[in-house]
Amino acid sequence: MTIKKALIDVASIYKFIIEFFKTTFSPPYEGREILNQCFAIGNKSLFLVTFTSFLAGIVFTKQSQPSLASFGAESWLPSLVSQAVVRSLGPLITGLICAGKLGSNMGAELGSMKVTEQIDAMEVSGTRPFSYLVVTRVVASTLMLPLLVIYADGVALMGSFIMVNSFSDSGFQLYINEVSTSITYLDVFSSMIKAALFGFAIGIISCYSGYNSDNGTIGVGKAANIAVVASMTFIFIIDLIMLQFLNLVR
Amino acid sequence: MVTLTTNHTTGVPSSLTKVVEIKNLKKSFNDRVVLNNVNLDLYERENLAVLGRSGSGKSVLIKCMVGLLRADEGDIQVLGYDVSSLSAKKLIELRLQVGFSFQGSALYDSMTVRQNLEFPLKRNLGIYDRDQLDEIVMTSLKEVGLERAIDQRPDELSGGMKKRIGIARTLILKPKIMLYDEPTSGLDPQTSEEINELILQVRDQYHTASIIITHDVSCARQVSDRVVALIDGESKLEGTFEELEAANDSNLKHFFNY
Ligand SMILES: Nc1ncnc2c1ncn2[C@@H]1O[C@H](COP(=O)(O)OP(=O)(O)O)[C@@H](O)[C@H]1O
Ligand SMILES: [Mg+2]
Repeated sequence: MTIKKALIDVASIYKFIIEFFKTTFSPPYEGREILNQCFAIGNKSLFLVTFTSFLAGIVFTKQSQPSLASFGAESWLPSLVSQAVVRSLGPLITGLICAGKLGSNMGAELGSMKVTEQIDAMEVSGTRPFSYLVVTRVVASTLMLPLLVIYADGVALMGSFIMVNSFSDSGFQLYINEVSTSITYLDVFSSMIKAALFGFAIGIISCYSGYNSDNGTIGVGKAANIAVVASMTFIFIIDLIMLQFLNLVR
Repeated sequence: MVTLTTNHTTGVPSSLTKVVEIKNLKKSFNDRVVLNNVNLDLYERENLAVLGRSGSGKSVLIKCMVGLLRADEGDIQVLGYDVSSLSAKKLIELRLQVGFSFQGSALYDSMTVRQNLEFPLKRNLGIYDRDQLDEIVMTSLKEVGLERAIDQRPDELSGGMKKRIGIARTLILKPKIMLYDEPTSGLDPQTSEEINELILQVRDQYHTASIIITHDVSCARQVSDRVVALIDGESKLEGTFEELEAANDSNLKHFFNY
């Protein structure tokens, strides 16, 4: 019975994704509302992303310093940190923060619209709610996550510089030079792709759980909860798959 | 089905055309049969009340009529469209001609009243001109007597006001058919009375045909030209309110105090 239910779920998520692509690439397009959603996403997550990535930069640098120092390789600190930040830390932190913040938000918002029949009301007035509510959010989070990741990388590297600077008095210019020589275009490009996949996963999963919630207010809570947990899980899965893939390419 | 009147002379001249025709409608959820053989006709310019206890499948019935739910069996014709076999495009075409007033009003709670009313105008009619939007919205609010609420948010409105705004939002597209889901539920008698009057006013002013789903007998009495009772998933008795009241049918004893 549960296997049957799981299969039905998989099938309906699959249909949801197909519907997403069909609706996204057929007119009328939702440019204006996508822009609104991008703005809302930036607004909601910017503070948390800044705060967490700054701290992560500081903490990671401080923790790596002793082990590098014990090999006498302290001067590699900037290049170690920058690779870690760009390849892994920046996308992961941004992804998890957004899964928590945006996932719960989309799940609860769409969930409450569903249970109070607002989505049905859009449906019966012919206003294409899937396009207005789902496509806009998924596209916006797919576009915004890469931007947020670039920003988070920058902030984390600033945090890291503060630490590096406190260990040795190397200047900012030198630090930047070391950072930029140790990260490649492939690093940056692949982390953008990864971030876009994170954004897509967060958007699709959270919208799906909200859009299909039922059972009144309990259903709304459940939708928000599933949105966050499933998004976070998928972020780790995508991270792993991308890592394997990049190891083949590098 | 017991038809209490031999023809539709009860407030419905027979020259008027059918706008809705439902035959042998069946709908179940999992193994639970909710609608089992519903037959129903709606004529131009009439108010038809569908009377049934809560949980009797009234909402399911009107949701099947606009394709929000899919009927298991039976035939649903609305304005000449066969609802169960419509393409997505045709379905939208039909929905633009059918107004649906939800039980909980279903106002978009992230938008003001103004934005709620503008939403269908922008997205369906492609009207973005500020002056034109303002004019249509104001006219529509005037009709439901709520111009003052234009910049309020749904959570600042009373239940009766929400109902009116919800009705205004569907009327703004000038539908040919209105479907009201429990228009008076949760309202005090005074407010219910006002909503009933609004429903009558809509029929007279917009020449709509309406189905009013309700378990509220006084609502059915006040707004209906004709009543159908929905009992155990079947449309059982049909006639004017007075005829049903006089029929002394055991199925109706929860509604009328026999
Ligand atoms: N989407 C649904 N899924 C499962 N059961 C439903 C659904 N919609 C309605 N039902 C069931 O159908 C029955 C009739 O519901 P409804 O039409 O809402 O009654 P009412 O006459 O009060 O409007 C109820 O028992 C309800 O549980
Ligand atoms: Mg109902």
